[in-house]
Amino acid sequence: MTFRRYVVLGVITLTASCGDTFLSRGMKAMGPVSLGDPGALIHAIFSPWVAAGIVLLIGFFASYLTALSWADLTYVLPASSLGYVIMTLLAKFWLGEHVSTMRWLGVVFITAGVGFVTRGPSYTDHSGPAEAAAIEAGTPEAGAAERAAEEVRR
Amino acid sequence: MTSPHAMLATTSMIAAIVVTATAGDILTASAMRQVGDLDAIRQRSGIPGAAWAVVTNGRFGLGIICLALSFFSLLFAFSHRDLSLIGPAATSLTFVTNAVAAKLFLRENVDRRRWMAAVFVCVGVALLAF
Repeated sequence: MTFRRYVVLGVITLTASCGDTFLSRGMKAMGPVSLGDPGALIHAIFSPWVAAGIVLLIGFFASYLTALSWADLTYVLPASSLGYVIMTLLAKFWLGEHVSTMRWLGVVFITAGVGFVTRGPSYTDHSGPAEAAAIEAGTPEAGAAERAAEEVRR
Repeated sequence: MTSPHAMLATTSMIAAIVVTATAGDILTASAMRQVGDLDAIRQRSGIPGAAWAVVTNGRFGLGIICLALSFFSLLFAFSHRDLSLIGPAATSLTFVTNAVAAKLFLRENVDRRRWMAAVFVCVGVALLAF
């Protein structure tokens, strides 16, 4: 893992948690929306907080896909779950919500889980003899093996 | 007291969310493995080239359909049950099912460290409901 890749994981964490918090703030400002009034949902999209939340969530999805192109799903999901911690902190200190002791305990568990996974390798090396042959032949299937080999070299 | 019928309905709703979310995550991750390193593709073909490589991948399309189904299952569940029950239950279970599915279908090396991470995050997310 390079510094740049840790930055991508950080972007996933920040954009997901801030995006959800922005959506929550925007929808709370709008008040309850009935399913029988879909026009209100369309109107919500153009409110500043909801629009900013959607932009952040688009950024989240782009960086999430980028991370999945060089790291395992079982690495990316726990590593980016610090977003729940940030969301709890934002709920407490920005939205002024009450955060119970059990929630703080949950934050501790999530942080420990993130600590476990980020200390291990990020990518499973699948390069067997067949993929090595693909690299030799320069076929498109060679890409995955090349990436894995590059990761091992790092 | 909760009736067996209501419990079955709740379990089915959570199961629908978890199964579709897991399928979506696995298909999307598999698509990104097929596509290759997006940073390298972006350097070669720019952002439009990288976006094209992703959106023209069949597994990515299937993954998006599954994630959309998961989202609508979530909305349906929210209209029948409390957010504080459905949200953490579905999210935390998805961490564990993703670990199992990634080992089975993506052949990821889910070692003891990753199992511990999945279980800790799963318990942590469940605790956020309180």
